[in-house]
Amino acid sequence: MEIQLSDEQKLLRDEVRRFAEEVVRPIAKEIDAEGRFPRAEILQAGEMGLSGVSVPEEWGGAGMNAVSYALVIEEISRVCGSTGVILSVNNSLFCDPVLAFGNDAQKDRFLRPVASGEKVGCFGLTEPGAGSDASALRTTAVRDGDDYVINGNKVFITNGTEADVALIFATVDPEKKHKGITAFVVEADTPGYSHGIHEYKLGVNGSGTTELAFQDMRLSADHRLGEEGDGFKIAMATLDGGRIGIAAQAVGIAQGAFEESVAYAKEREQFGKPISTFQAIQHYIADMSTELDAARLLTWKAAWAKENQKRYSLEAAQAKLFASEIAQRVTNSAVQIHGGYGYIREYNVERYFRDARITEIYEGTSEIQKMVIADWVLNKS
Amino acid sequence: MSIDWHLNEEQQLLRDEIRRFAEERIRPGEAERDREHRFPTDLFAEMGELGLLGMLIDEEHGGIGADVLTYALAVEELARASPAISVTMSVTNSVCCWPIQRFGTDEVKASILPHLASGEAIGGFGLTEPGSGSDAGAMKTTARRDGDQWVLDGEKSWITNASVGKYFVVLAKTEPDAGTKGISGFVVPADAEGFSVGAAEEKMGLRSSNTATLYFDGCRIPASHLLAEEGHGFRIAMATLDHSRVGIAAQAVGIHQRALELAVAYANEREQFGRPIARHQAVAFKIASMATELAAARALTYDAALADGKGPDAGRLASQAKLYASEAANRACWESLQIHGGNGFSEEYEIARLYRDVRVTTIYEGTSEMQRMVIARHRLR
Repeated sequence: MEIQLSDEQKLLRDEVRRFAEEVVRPIAKEIDAEGRFPRAEILQAGEMGLSGVSVPEEWGGAGMNAVSYALVIEEISRVCGSTGVILSVNNSLFCDPVLAFGNDAQKDRFLRPVASGEKVGCFGLTEPGAGSDASALRTTAVRDGDDYVINGNKVFITNGTEADVALIFATVDPEKKHKGITAFVVEADTPGYSHGIHEYKLGVNGSGTTELAFQDMRLSADHRLGEEGDGFKIAMATLDGGRIGIAAQAVGIAQGAFEESVAYAKEREQFGKPISTFQAIQHYIADMSTELDAARLLTWKAAWAKENQKRYSLEAAQAKLFASEIAQRVTNSAVQIHGGYGYIREYNVERYFRDARITEIYEGTSEIQKMVIADWVLNKS
Repeated sequence: MSIDWHLNEEQQLLRDEIRRFAEERIRPGEAERDREHRFPTDLFAEMGELGLLGMLIDEEHGGIGADVLTYALAVEELARASPAISVTMSVTNSVCCWPIQRFGTDEVKASILPHLASGEAIGGFGLTEPGSGSDAGAMKTTARRDGDQWVLDGEKSWITNASVGKYFVVLAKTEPDAGTKGISGFVVPADAEGFSVGAAEEKMGLRSSNTATLYFDGCRIPASHLLAEEGHGFRIAMATLDHSRVGIAAQAVGIHQRALELAVAYANEREQFGRPIARHQAVAFKIASMATELAAARALTYDAALADGKGPDAGRLASQAKLYASEAANRACWESLQIHGGNGFSEEYEIARLYRDVRVTTIYEGTSEMQRMVIARHRLR
């Protein structure tokens, strides 16, 4: 057993940190305040290979492993949770499933431009009436000769306002429940495809979250990913991997808040001395440090299991559950350490605190993670 | 350098062997020994044969020279069957054998370590006094040089293995006015003149381990029994505790593992409202949380074990592992007992004993509050 980053991974981390500091940090506050999707910066990240970190180079990606991917998302999220989730969706929820389930023609047409950073992808599973219970989705795909005609609506779609291409899920037969669900890759300029305006959110407000609507959207069968009825399996496998990305995002947000807190506590004086000399503040720092390290280790463990083709759905669910919940606690402590300043938009921890909240909800709520984990622990081991 | 979560073959074999030994030889008599407050002398002879009492002693002195991770795995497996035996074992290894091997004279190492390694002699560690717990520097026990002997006066309280130990590492003031710089470390044999042991303490848990007070009344030991140099005692104690905290973290992980196993077995079997209680979300989610926190505690513990002795973060990582693992294990035992309902409050069920046993893990070898001080000092420097 060894838990040390390789030299290559350290270099990658340093390079991504530099990019995050120089390019992403300066816009983080502004995109949050304005709800602006950082398209130029995302394309720039894409040029560095950050949109398709684990996609092999032959399909336009950076050809790195899952631990490296977690490092990328952590470093970006350390300065900006919005940019972190945008890249996580590109990587985990678009590139990974198209790579895993697409044929070569689909990879060439849909995967390559996203993995190489020219285009932005998104993932359309959730509907107004189908959140955690994804199998209840009502978007339909009706076969018509060689084509499918798709009708329905998707909500809370990260990258939705900007995506050039979407992986979406529809049912070919609602009677079949999850066995009818089928995955399609669709370009945003397809007739019948439309998206709504940006939803103004509590946090990660630059991530282009919106609705997608499909009205008599006609797709040839070569847009179908896998077979009819494979969609639920594809969605679940995709979310297993996505959870590693969200865990890494949560770790990054927590890390950012932790660093701000250490710096602030050493600098801020009350009662004639830095507040870092008070035990109450020290103990916040100690707990933040401990939980942060534990969350990072769980994230790396899940990523390691994935890249070694081991079972990782339990590990990914645990990493996501744990990391998102500690991100909430760590950012809460960060605001507390900052006192009144922590409640002011000028200070980064105010944003970290808001950004952390969604990590407990998207790509499977904490409650869904617990269902997954309990099933493994109670029934499968 | 890499991330690799695999145990090597040797570690797996040893873990499996200890697990078998613990399940076959230790677990069956544990409830009875606990009830009777009986120390299992015979089992320690067997553990000595297995090499479990000299794990950190090099082969030259009769030990097996295991790495710290392997040691942690051994403690975890023993704790899963008997927290009491695991603490006796970890005290002998971590806070007696380790400092003797590290800081003892050649003569002391050659004459004492083989007895400890074989299990023929058990070891202990005397730091705490009635008036000095966390504030170890305030100790009152003194040692003065008299010819080629040291003469100790004072007492040490809450000493694990006090009545059964043959050798004790003891900290005493050689320069009472010099604060922590006036403390020195010694090896005191139980047959030394002027050494005696008080009555066994009645404890909430770990009842088959032995705890009592050591008395030094003009206690004479040879000059060669000084560890390192005069005035190095506090550093020796801190280095020893940095290191031994990994052992207590591993102990907490073993207890946590067992609490989870008991909860899973009970929840799957116990029926209420016409189905196993595991089918109720309130119960299943407790189990998911216990399993996730266990994974986090284990990751921190193994990471700290791997980092032991390597670099400036080792002490912080050990404190983080000890802090988190002990608090998580306390929560796990609490939740496991809750899942057991009224049965959990009965001593017929193992969880009742674990609930008592686990309580001390947030206290000994540095309270949680002391761990937080150590962690914060590292993070805020």
